[in-house]
Amino acid sequence: MAVEINRERTADAESPPLAHQAENAASVRIRKSLGVQFQLDVAMEAQPGITILFGASGAGKSTLLNCVAGLTTPELGRITLGQKILFDAEKNINTPIHNRQVGYVFQTLALFPHLTAEQNVQYGLSFHPKTERAQRCREVLESFHIAHLATRKPHEISGGERQRVALARSLVTDPLILLLDEPLAALDASTKSRIIDDLRAWNEQHGIPILYVTHSREEVFALGERVLVLDRGRILADGTPHQVIRAPRQETLANLAGFENVFDAHVTAVHEDRGTLTCRLENSLVELETPLVQAEVGSALRVAISAGDILLAAAPPQGLSARNIVPGRIMLLEQRDVIVMARIDCGVEMQVQLTLAARDSLHLRPGKDVWLIVKTHSCHLLDR
Amino acid sequence: MDWQAFWLTIRLASLVAAILLVLGIPVAYWITFSKWRWKFLAEALVALPVVMPPTVLGFYVLLALGPRTPLGRLWMVMTGHTLAFTFTGLVIGSVLYSFPFAVQPFAASFGAVDPAFLHASATLGVSKLRTFARVILPLSVSGLVTGVALSFAHTMGEFGVVLMVGGNIPGVTRTMSIAIYDQVQAADYAAASHLALVLLAIAFTILSLVYGLNRRIWAIWPWK
Repeated sequence: MAVEINRERTADAESPPLAHQAENAASVRIRKSLGVQFQLDVAMEAQPGITILFGASGAGKSTLLNCVAGLTTPELGRITLGQKILFDAEKNINTPIHNRQVGYVFQTLALFPHLTAEQNVQYGLSFHPKTERAQRCREVLESFHIAHLATRKPHEISGGERQRVALARSLVTDPLILLLDEPLAALDASTKSRIIDDLRAWNEQHGIPILYVTHSREEVFALGERVLVLDRGRILADGTPHQVIRAPRQETLANLAGFENVFDAHVTAVHEDRGTLTCRLENSLVELETPLVQAEVGSALRVAISAGDILLAAAPPQGLSARNIVPGRIMLLEQRDVIVMARIDCGVEMQVQLTLAARDSLHLRPGKDVWLIVKTHSCHLLDR
Repeated sequence: MDWQAFWLTIRLASLVAAILLVLGIPVAYWITFSKWRWKFLAEALVALPVVMPPTVLGFYVLLALGPRTPLGRLWMVMTGHTLAFTFTGLVIGSVLYSFPFAVQPFAASFGAVDPAFLHASATLGVSKLRTFARVILPLSVSGLVTGVALSFAHTMGEFGVVLMVGGNIPGVTRTMSIAIYDQVQAADYAAASHLALVLLAIAFTILSLVYGLNRRIWAIWPWK
């Protein structure tokens, strides 16, 4: 569980030069204030391939992308793509947006509505000879499987197809970096993964850094690449999704990653042989079996459980592999869109995520007795 | 019907609308995208003809065109006669009078273009000026048509400015609205009602076109 916590890696700190830097790696070391409330202060390198910027809304992800693209000007720092300097506060360099060679796919895609897919893709190639333009356009349309949509306008094609056109448009100009601002948020998982596969295939040949902004935990795991966790303008952690999200070591991280249930607890038994701990949640009688970490009986820690990882039974369950079965009573059922969030009193309050169908078929309502089932490895331990 | 006044008015209104299309686009662009702190003063100046009595505007234009100002003197030296009471003088007065009716719809439609399109264009390596030509203008067609149509219609109906600047010279400065006034003064109600009906019909047609366009481009096109 090597989670790198980067509290000190800020714009003005002397960070050591990274060895083995790829020729076209991106380096961003900037500070940008927005009002008095918010300050983005980051130092990061992105190698060719996908780097995920993960964080809640307002964490500064989009501001970071805008600084790289030149839509926003930082107060301090330096942004480079390989040898190309995009911004350097000390040397007073601020390359205009249209000379930065940055590909940017916006959340809204921003496809030009008056142009066809093909004209959209060719938009950035207007300085190239006509034959070359057509050639490059055809190639990129083919790599994103949208050649058959060339003559259609953006409003005549589906969301996933628009997405592909937007990617093709920003990649056809051979950018030095690709910035993706939650571009796939609105798509279903399978469409999303097919587009990502095509993007990866394209980047096999081009090898540019791709900064992928998202606030969705599922997307982080689906992409499975290096992830930088941003919170309130700072980089909080840097590692694989598993390292930074599956095993949270800091509570801000747990909150960020959508762990609805975080409890103070202390260790009541250590089972080295079974690889587990027994922890009692504070101010209650609830004991949970959790994965083994370095701890002794009496150690204080926190337990974090995602509301989606808890099962709910309407009768005492039997013959289950899950080790933790906690009786409780429904306090409140709250419908959020197509899911139901249940608040259960089991000595402590736990939040459980249900489907509408589960709520209805189990006849769940406030006051009903229920049993919560939590797998050992759904209990994540945090330092306190 | 007074065809001379009719064609004179059409000629004046078309010329003014064309000049405003050319002149209004850069002004509207500046008003929309400038970050100058005193911009609101310029906006107020552009909007002034909307609220000012046409006679007041006409009075100032008359003074400006006269031989006592540098502009008027320059014109005198170049052409040998004054600008006041000429068709050219009328065009200048009308351009000022209809200025906001072109600039405001232009600026509104430029401002309605999603900034994300402009950002996308910039990241694709296209300069601001080219972005204006390739993205903003094509997406502002309905605003441009509205501005041109409104300034055309507004110029057709002007009275005060024409009277002050142009006077009432048949074939030179006698527009339809002046002719109607004359005919009523001469108790020729039949002739006045012909011209009035024509003005009414043109104004209604143009406004229908404008509102139809603003609902959806080509919404008024019956064959699509």
